Amino acid sequence: MQALEYAMKKTMYEKIWDSHLVVDEAGQAPLLYVDRHLMHEVTSPQAFEGLRLSGRKVRNPHSILATMDHCVPTKNRNLPIADPIAKKQIETMAENCRVNGLKLYDMTDPNNGVIHVVVPEHGFVHPGMVVVCGDSHTATHGAFGALAFGIGTSEVEHVMATQTLPQKKSKTMQVVVNGTLSKFASAKDIALAITGKIGTAGGTGYVIEYTGSAIRELSMEGRMTLCNMAIEAGARAGLVAPDEKTYEYIKGREFAPSGQYWDQALAYWKTLPSDEGAVFDATVTLDAADIAPQVSWGTSPEQVAGVDSVVPAPESFADEIKRQACESALAYMGLTANTKITDIPVDYVFIGSCTNGRIEDFRVAAEVAKGTKVAKGVTAIAVPGSYHVKQQAEAEGLDKIFIDAGWEWREPGCSMCLAMNGDELTKGQRCASTSNRNFEGRQGKGGRTHLVSPAMAAAAAAAGHFVDIRKL
Amino acid sequence: MEPYKKHESIAALMNRSNVDTDQIIPKQFLKRVERSGFGAHLFHDWRFNDDGSDNPEFELNKPAFKGAKVLVVGDNFGCGSSREHAPWAIADYGFNTIISTSYADIFYNNCFKNGILAIKVNKDQLDKLMAEIAVNEGVRFVVDLENQQVTTPGGNGFSFEIDPFRKSNLLSGLDDIGLTLKHVDKITQYEQQHKKNYPWLWA
Repeated sequence: MQALEYAMKKTMYEKIWDSHLVVDEAGQAPLLYVDRHLMHEVTSPQAFEGLRLSGRKVRNPHSILATMDHCVPTKNRNLPIADPIAKKQIETMAENCRVNGLKLYDMTDPNNGVIHVVVPEHGFVHPGMVVVCGDSHTATHGAFGALAFGIGTSEVEHVMATQTLPQKKSKTMQVVVNGTLSKFASAKDIALAITGKIGTAGGTGYVIEYTGSAIRELSMEGRMTLCNMAIEAGARAGLVAPDEKTYEYIKGREFAPSGQYWDQALAYWKTLPSDEGAVFDATVTLDAADIAPQVSWGTSPEQVAGVDSVVPAPESFADEIKRQACESALAYMGLTANTKITDIPVDYVFIGSCTNGRIEDFRVAAEVAKGTKVAKGVTAIAVPGSYHVKQQAEAEGLDKIFIDAGWEWREPGCSMCLAMNGDELTKGQRCASTSNRNFEGRQGKGGRTHLVSPAMAAAAAAAGHFVDIRKL
Repeated sequence: MEPYKKHESIAALMNRSNVDTDQIIPKQFLKRVERSGFGAHLFHDWRFNDDGSDNPEFELNKPAFKGAKVLVVGDNFGCGSSREHAPWAIADYGFNTIISTSYADIFYNNCFKNGILAIKVNKDQLDKLMAEIAVNEGVRFVVDLENQQVTTPGGNGFSFEIDPFRKSNLLSGLDDIGLTLKHVDKITQYEQQHKKNYPWLWA
């Protein structure tokens, strides 16, 4: 039996899956052990209520890290939250964490920020872990070689009570990106290009592992951006094999293994990458050199185009469903087929979110914004993903660059990614956004979202329309 | 959770694909700390005009679909956000069955936690069901989970596959957590081994 196991080549997903199986019996879903449970205010209150009603307790409080991010204001943070329902949700989160003895970075905590930005800052997620959160962008943490995926609120309750989840094993998809990205093309552009290629249901039922030289070249921040958007391609989780960059990033952080444990952890992490010759259920290949800066033109993250191309015509889609989707997206977006992407004007620019709210994102955006002025009639806001990102940016003088260029420099939070906190578009407003979803109404009812990278967003703010930043 | 029973009900048609959870329940309604009351906001931005009146163009506002328990929809239903508020809203509105070719993974899981049977059919079958409803709005389907069978007056009935675990939970209305806690000894045993293997996680 042991010889057989040695002979089997495993993917990283299979290794993590196998090492976390608690129960695997016929007639029921396998039970998977959960190492880390992340929380925010929106998807947890009903789970705590369920626990209370059934008289159950949180099994492992130390496995949980909570923050407040979706509903928090990004300005006038000293004032009480104006929206009474949001205020109650925030207060409920604080009370639930207090009663259950959970670590919470509340609105006033210097560690506060967007959950998927904050968690890596503290080294809370390590390679090989199973990580869950009532949030689909939990996929972010796959950047560390952890199996991280979003769950519903009933499952949040399940994990709190049992530290496990009944799970169906996923299929595996390898997305290979070789070659070198062109100047100013980024992890965000890779993510959008993948979604454009395989569609928003392309990864359904799969866990994606990103491989190839272009992925190895990405920083940890870039890998987080990439894995973050695995869900936009339908995959619950994305993975990048850990390497020296991963270990270097984690080392010394608050929850990193230390002392005698560091070497032990490191030895374990090095066993995790997929075995040479391991078989994936599907493989998709892209050449990084072909990836132009991307701009979404529609109302689904698969409706993307290179900045040097045009808005497609419905007739250009052979597939009937895609043709109809294009037609209704163009109507909602107020766009005409064959318009050059660089001729699309913007009213609003948002840089931030769990996709692109990290220090690297503000550095690259500031490089583009430096010495420019926000175009007439455009509102541009920069929302750091956490207080640590904000502080770091300020230490580097990035805030001054944005402010001098006419941007608003805000407090951290999810902000306009999903517009729950009052930062939102009005009907018909068009936004260049570094977030992850361009669904109808996502940034405000009737608002029109174009997903782009931070550099593309900064260039659009200055020009008042999209710009091919490779030509700047 | 209410046990899922065989029933005959109006089948409503939404011939749209890639309907995301932001459409099912827009973000402005996610601030509540209760599980109930989301049905009033189901498909809010499509369902209501700016002045709050019903949008007569929206499918579910058709009088023929009032009281429907079965929702027939296009591919990749429930993509996007993990918000369980989406199935809460669907169930609270009155649906207990969805028929589509495919669902986003997290949404699909969430449905079964809330007594909603999400049935997968092939494209050809879905087209037939959609066509039957389109020519006979208000048509009633019979859904029999026990026998994994849907029947329609137009003769487009079919049998469907479902995970036996999900099926038995729906039929019994049992609490998932209770089932898992039957294995509490194994969880404890696993944790003891886990502490030995990865002591830094428990330090």
